[in-house]
Amino acid sequence: MGKMIKIGMADLSVCLPPDNITTLGLGSCIGCVLYDPVSKVSGMVHVMLPDSTKIRNNENIAKFADTGVQALYDKVIEAGATKSRLIAKIAGGAQMFAFNTDNEMLRVGERNAEGVVNKLNELKIPIKSRDTGGHLGRTIEFYPETGDLLIKSVGVQPYTI
Amino acid sequence: MAEEQMFGDMQFDVLREIGNIGSGHAATALAKMLDMKIDIKVPQAVVCDFNYLVQMVGGEERLVIGILLQLSDDVEGMMMYIMDLPSAYALLKRLMFSDLKEEDRLSEMHMSALQEIGNIITGAYLSSLSDLTRLKINASVPYLSIDMAAAILSVPAIEFGKLGDKAVMIETEFDLDETQELNGYFLLIPTMDSYSKIMTSLGL
Repeated sequence: MGKMIKIGMADLSVCLPPDNITTLGLGSCIGCVLYDPVSKVSGMVHVMLPDSTKIRNNENIAKFADTGVQALYDKVIEAGATKSRLIAKIAGGAQMFAFNTDNEMLRVGERNAEGVVNKLNELKIPIKSRDTGGHLGRTIEFYPETGDLLIKSVGVQPYTI
Repeated sequence: MAEEQMFGDMQFDVLREIGNIGSGHAATALAKMLDMKIDIKVPQAVVCDFNYLVQMVGGEERLVIGILLQLSDDVEGMMMYIMDLPSAYALLKRLMFSDLKEEDRLSEMHMSALQEIGNIITGAYLSSLSDLTRLKINASVPYLSIDMAAAILSVPAIEFGKLGDKAVMIETEFDLDETQELNGYFLLIPTMDSYSKIMTSLGL
């Protein structure tokens, strides 16, 4: 049995079998997994904001969708993933408060999802599955051996995407 | 703005003092509502990064109640009050004289009672901030969410994230009686402009 690598907010890591990788309690943030199903090289990033170019204080690259996904991409390639085989799975981006609002501040989850999707499109990485939006926090666990992304929310049966 | 500048010793002391006064007001308001004596402990203010913030509240997956208000007028941004579930249940039991058990689901009525409690506690904090700074602060209706601590905290963390990697959190503890403590955490998240405004108003 491998260990479970845990990443925090604005954090990223590469993961090789037999290890698995997780991030706990995603709210409006997005967890994005990049995965090469043949070499099983994978990695996860936990991003908080959609766009680093809009923020002055942007040294922490894992915090933003554009720079975070790019950094994770560079790392999994360096670790031996093949670009043409890479696929992505994303989860998170919930709206935790104020369910009917058009307030920008509270809709950041949606914009985070857009930011990650845009970056993945730019890198031409297909999104195999996604579970974004809604109003519940998510804990996600990725198992490179099977390619499964397990999602747990409060009061909901865990499910796999 | 560098973080050191944002949270110098002076600023930090001021934020803690505001927390102190706010907690005092909040305890008075709660005591009135519950018709009982409430003691407060000196609030702790901490500056820490997001991941530590989550640990303080009890870990990523700990179930907590978050009450969020949006601020407008002179100070824009948001304010959050976080309470752990045992504290919330204890409050509800006293407020509604109901026999609520830990495993019971909260009804609509319980939720709106919690919203109101959040409103009173944050209102007390905001009015002391407003008094000290002489700035007008208008708060929205309180929004409530019960979920994993990390998920709830992601909302203020994202707002803080636009400014830097650290946040200021004020931990408060009210004692209902010898046996029951109420643990809560305040987070004030002004926008960059509002933050400068607050500091200028305080002469910092």
